[in-house]
Amino acid sequence: MPGADKETELSERIEAFLSELKRCGSGAGSLRGSAETARETTSLLRRITAQARWSNAGDLMEIIRKEGRRMTAGQPSETTVGNMVRRVLKIIREEYARSRGSTEEADQQESLHKLLTSGGSSEDNFRQHFTHLKANVIEAINELLTELEGTTDNISMQALEHIHSNEVIMTIGRSRTVEAFLKDAARKRKFHVIVAECAPFCQGHEMATSLSKEDIETTVIPDAAIFAVMSRVNKVIIGTQTVLANGGLRAVNGTHTLALAAKHHSTPLIVCAPMFKLSPQWDSALQELVLRSFCFLLPGEILSKVNAHCPVFDYVPPELITLFISNIGGNAPSYIYRLMSELYHPEDHEL
Amino acid sequence: MMLISAAMTLVVGHELQSAEPKEEKQRLRKEKKQHKKNKKDDRGPPEKEKEKEKASVPAPSKPATQSPAHKAAPVPVNASASESPVAAEKPAKSKAELRAERRARQDSERASKQGKKEGGQQSTSSKPKATPNELQPVVKRLPDHVQVDDPVALKKLAKKLERQQKSGQGCSLNITGVKVPLRSDYGYKVSLFSHLHQYSRKNPPTQQISIPVTVIHPSIVRLGLQYSQGIIAGSNARSVALLHAFKQVIQDYSTPPNEELSRDLVNKLSPYISFLSQCRPLSASMGNAIKYIKKEISNIPSQCKEEEAKRILQECIDSYINEKIILASEAISKYAIEKISDGDVILVYGCSSLVNHILCEAFEKQRKFRVIVVDSRPRLEGREALRRLVKKGIRCTYVLISALSYILPEVSKVFLGAHALLANGYVMSRVGTSQIALVAKAYNVPVLVCCETYKFCERVQTDSFVSNELDDPDDLIVTRNGKTHLENWQTVKSLGLLNLVYDVTPPDFVDLVITDLGMIPCTSVPVVLRVKNVDQ
Repeated sequence: MPGADKETELSERIEAFLSELKRCGSGAGSLRGSAETARETTSLLRRITAQARWSNAGDLMEIIRKEGRRMTAGQPSETTVGNMVRRVLKIIREEYARSRGSTEEADQQESLHKLLTSGGSSEDNFRQHFTHLKANVIEAINELLTELEGTTDNISMQALEHIHSNEVIMTIGRSRTVEAFLKDAARKRKFHVIVAECAPFCQGHEMATSLSKEDIETTVIPDAAIFAVMSRVNKVIIGTQTVLANGGLRAVNGTHTLALAAKHHSTPLIVCAPMFKLSPQWDSALQELVLRSFCFLLPGEILSKVNAHCPVFDYVPPELITLFISNIGGNAPSYIYRLMSELYHPEDHEL
Repeated sequence: MMLISAAMTLVVGHELQSAEPKEEKQRLRKEKKQHKKNKKDDRGPPEKEKEKEKASVPAPSKPATQSPAHKAAPVPVNASASESPVAAEKPAKSKAELRAERRARQDSERASKQGKKEGGQQSTSSKPKATPNELQPVVKRLPDHVQVDDPVALKKLAKKLERQQKSGQGCSLNITGVKVPLRSDYGYKVSLFSHLHQYSRKNPPTQQISIPVTVIHPSIVRLGLQYSQGIIAGSNARSVALLHAFKQVIQDYSTPPNEELSRDLVNKLSPYISFLSQCRPLSASMGNAIKYIKKEISNIPSQCKEEEAKRILQECIDSYINEKIILASEAISKYAIEKISDGDVILVYGCSSLVNHILCEAFEKQRKFRVIVVDSRPRLEGREALRRLVKKGIRCTYVLISALSYILPEVSKVFLGAHALLANGYVMSRVGTSQIALVAKAYNVPVLVCCETYKFCERVQTDSFVSNELDDPDDLIVTRNGKTHLENWQTVKSLGLLNLVYDVTPPDFVDLVITDLGMIPCTSVPVVLRVKNVDQ
């Protein structure tokens, strides 16, 4: 039966995606960037919408939530998966509301007045059936995909507004967004980049070679020298793994030290992060990488008597950040909570 | 202007001792002139001020142009003023120095005759007699290793190294073309650091020396190699190795026939020191040790026999090592152990012999604590510290410096070692120390620096750029996941690798400095230096 074939094909794809996520997570460093993960998640969700069996919006949301929970459980540190699921859920809600004819804003805002007058949630409203809902949702997801494809370009287009000539810019580790940002600025301006190598995996080396190929003056420094050279740095531009709801960051190991050093020298800290990295959840249980990353540093008989720690991420509080540059423009960290409320529905924060 | 008049009085004082009856007549003549001058003074004091200033301006401009002080230094009055009190301390002077002094005296006589016409200054000259002793030349000569971008300075260094070859020829076999080698820089230097040297470990300085080497003592050659290859590293280790090598040199030294031990041995040591600084720039502790040795050598009385002198010097060196390094570390451990309480979690960075010693002592005294060792690329010295502590049985944790924010909430104290303490309170130490102090401050964890007093240094510095050491940039290259990204960094024009060795920590990050003289705040370093100078 065609329906059953489609379903098995669908579940196969989901399984493949899950195993891909798990494999990426347990390897050393990410084998693919978050943008790719976001795109793949979204296209998988589109496929689910197209091929799964559902009759009304509530069913669809249930299905997507279920799959979303499985996917995030597969790789908890990859928050873009959860973010995309929440975006799609919000799209479904919006399309449903539009089909019903009511305005979106009235439904979205949780004002005190609404809480007092309306009372219960509008859960049962999602049971109505609309014929064009599927098409609308798929179209909206397509728009989301286009948006995702253009994020890096949107961010790089803003580069010239923020980098002047003869600047010294510091960055840490490897971020594809920052790389594109700097390369775009280098087409018109001359500046100097200092890359902190970010031990133990030294992703900074790759970033430095890639930047120097575009004729950008690059210098690689070890992590220990961050504070020593910070006094000559004009700006710090970094990427991040996740942007948190309070405007803080979960970024690669060593970023907190970098942020503190920048604060001490009053150097602006600019974070280039596309909107799909904004995440309402904070999961503190996912810090460490396996000890085998240290076996190339310490001899065996000492390693057995010693505790070694190798955290993957750092939390950077919002007070240390000056500016967020995202595909929708520049924002202060204090505005992030507002952007969050526009992207996700509060009921979707918990999948 | 005060200096000139002070010089005049000093110089005039010399002359008073040498030729008294003449001076009587001169004095009478001066008094007559003064009388006349006092009348003129009422008329035109401002004109005289201008004249005096013109006379004083050419004098100080002379020292400015000739200050890289060669021994046969020509004549600026200020230089002679500062040189003469210093000269009084040294026992004997070479002919060239005596000639220079005579010339100085003659010129200052001329200047003083000019100055006497101005009158009134004689009364104020009595007070400034004391000042030339305290007003030492403020700008000391800039060290060579921070003038790499100046071609004039480089040429002077090359000439100096050649001269030192010639000075060694007197007592050795006929060797031609052997000289202290001038090491060449390696690789692309980051523009901010073009004033510093950057050497490669693969080109040791001994490649340019032929064997046998007679200008440079073999133990010094070995020491230089050990420094340049990083076999001996760490401030205390380098100083102790240096002093032991000098002991060997003194043992093997024999005074040539017409020379005095006190002067000749100092001259012998100069090419060795140049060679060592070519291998690796001298540390502050090494600099202080060398100053001490040179002073001890020049204080040897001239009638002392050679064997006796050698014995005295060996004893001096032994007592220096014992007092300043070994006993000092005992004293520091005693103070530091008071600061370690049971249940502490102590963070240390890299491998400081002093801090390791403190922790081992504290462990022996049955204090219950655990240690977190923070390490950084590319040197990874923390592994050595880890090895020593684990051998002792202390519970340790190991992290890299990027994990600092992760591990600091657990830490109760931070113990840091220092390479040198500068006179403005800044702590010069291994690169990364300032970062640790910064983050510890952000988390409100006390930072204690342990440093012996012989590492205190009169230099001042506010950032890590003006004076630092650049290590071999190839050390940063690493292979991860089978790929070496920076393998051919030399071929890429716009790529540079920066391997700094030291950085300076501002005093507001440091809570306490533990020295053998006690526990002092960072800002009391110049007090200790002053006390030490008075003692000496």
